[in-house]
Amino acid sequence: MNDAQIRISVIAGYLVALLGVGYAASLFGRGTRKDYLLASHSVGPVLLLLCMFGTTMTAFAMVGSSAEAYKKGIGIYGLMASSSGILHSLCVFLIGTRLWKLGKQYGYTTQIQFFQDRLDSRLVGWVLFPVLVGLIIPYMLIGVIGAGLSIQGMTAGAFPDWDLFNSARPSLDGGVPPWMGTLAVCVVVLAYVFLGGMRGTTWANAGQTLLFMALGLVAFYMLAMKIGNGGDFWTSLKNTMSDVNKDLLTRENFSHISFLTYLLIPLSLGMFPHLFQHWLTAKSAKSFRLAIIMHPIFIMLVWVPCIYIGVWGTVVELPAAVQANPNLVLPWLVQTRLSPLVAGLLTAGILAAIMSSLDSQILCVGTMFAGDVIGGTAAGKRLSDQQQMWVARIFVVVVMAATWVISIALIENTSVFGLAIWCFTGFSGLFPLVFAALYWRRLTAAGALSAVLTMAASWGFLFYKSGWGAIQDYSCRVTPFGFQVDIEPVAVVFVATTLSMVLTSLLTKAPDSRRLERFFPAKVAVSR
Amino acid sequence: MPLIAWLLVILLMVLHQDWWLWQDNTILFGFIPIGLAWHMGISVAAALLWAHICYWHWPKELDEVESMVDDERTADGSMMETRR
Repeated sequence: MNDAQIRISVIAGYLVALLGVGYAASLFGRGTRKDYLLASHSVGPVLLLLCMFGTTMTAFAMVGSSAEAYKKGIGIYGLMASSSGILHSLCVFLIGTRLWKLGKQYGYTTQIQFFQDRLDSRLVGWVLFPVLVGLIIPYMLIGVIGAGLSIQGMTAGAFPDWDLFNSARPSLDGGVPPWMGTLAVCVVVLAYVFLGGMRGTTWANAGQTLLFMALGLVAFYMLAMKIGNGGDFWTSLKNTMSDVNKDLLTRENFSHISFLTYLLIPLSLGMFPHLFQHWLTAKSAKSFRLAIIMHPIFIMLVWVPCIYIGVWGTVVELPAAVQANPNLVLPWLVQTRLSPLVAGLLTAGILAAIMSSLDSQILCVGTMFAGDVIGGTAAGKRLSDQQQMWVARIFVVVVMAATWVISIALIENTSVFGLAIWCFTGFSGLFPLVFAALYWRRLTAAGALSAVLTMAASWGFLFYKSGWGAIQDYSCRVTPFGFQVDIEPVAVVFVATTLSMVLTSLLTKAPDSRRLERFFPAKVAVSR
Repeated sequence: MPLIAWLLVILLMVLHQDWWLWQDNTILFGFIPIGLAWHMGISVAAALLWAHICYWHWPKELDEVESMVDDERTADGSMMETRR
């Protein structure tokens, strides 16, 4: 057995273990729809922290961050990670806990049910559903592409004589081709979600989060020792940084305005439909505290090692295939510098980060389709819980298959980081809607519709102007008071959505006060 | 969330912009670029700030509503889903 075959065996073993988790979770299930979708609101602080964090971190955090650090330097940490530490927790505190409370009071299972109930409009749900699915597919693509590239990079050389495993790039010859690696990941995720539902997803997420955090730190330690080659860890670490281009140690490659407007990106977390579903699984409001406090620290533990590894990619000799696709920097360094067993485990760690997001996303997409789209029709209302779950599963397979096909078309030339930013831009554009629904009594259904449509139109227009994401670092040029500045698309989408929502709400009839009382109870009544 | 908590969050976001370190390529202790060290500090400060907010400014109505829901469930033996 050669080194690459050992790595494949470890990866395959990990995927089989995940199937076991799904099966085990199915044995603990209560067989009800609520248990399948929300794990019967039984998730405590530690599991909630691990699940929420694992769901938020995907290929973007490991493969994308190291690729961007390789290209632009350490500034990526401030751009995405430390800002997320502040604002993700803010979103959970302001949005997550409130939605949990309302979900527990009124029995919601999806984000769409909340908006429909709050705004007394089924139309809002019908318009919001395709927009959310349209944004979640790129989010799933980030994971699937990251998984395919990582598996191919890590298994290069496993079966050099098999035609099926040949690559146009010699350094990747013999590796599992991306279509096969992505297919394996998609099938395994589908299987354990189908078997275990939210309980299986929660257990798998928690385990996978611990795995990728631990293995990220192990990779950091071992690569520092190998690349720095200084005998002990600290000397090696110093050696790795001595040859790094000074520009990569600063933020020379970032503009101030871009850095500022990127602060809007982490707000996307407030509108992730899959995270909404995780919030509803919490046992109590206090379960959120640990997640809110520890999220910034967990981000630091995952991102800092990946940033270092990306920067180290600039001081070693990389093959042309890796230079052409920086998403391969992390897998390539791990594959070539570490023992096959450790490299296989680290690949499992990368896959863990990816799959811990994919599972929640597909469960949520299926739930929304079965409950909010089919469940809203006359025929759908006649379906039993079991039949609704099967409808959800069929829809999930269709969405997963579409994601897999698109991923194969995009895998060679797509920046994981760039695709993620476009996806987060869309969700951030919807943040004003969820914030207003929770804190602004005057929000109307027309205002909400206007917000969703404005977001979709402005996001679609800017995405088109960027050549469907082909123009890296696309920004919008504005000239306030004669000063020319380039701002991130997220700022344009965010402002346009907010203005359209506020103006339309103020111009339309105020919501019914009796309905509002359910969402904005008088303080006296609440405190009893 | 009280005003003081909002002000602290905003202060952290201002500190996050650290334009004074933008072009500084100093490496602390031989291995941490100063810009990265600053932002790791921001992450730690964010965790401390959220710990402060969660324990000193936690919205009491969340816990009270939770017990109300539990009481009503115990009383009628069903979820409030039926009210919708």
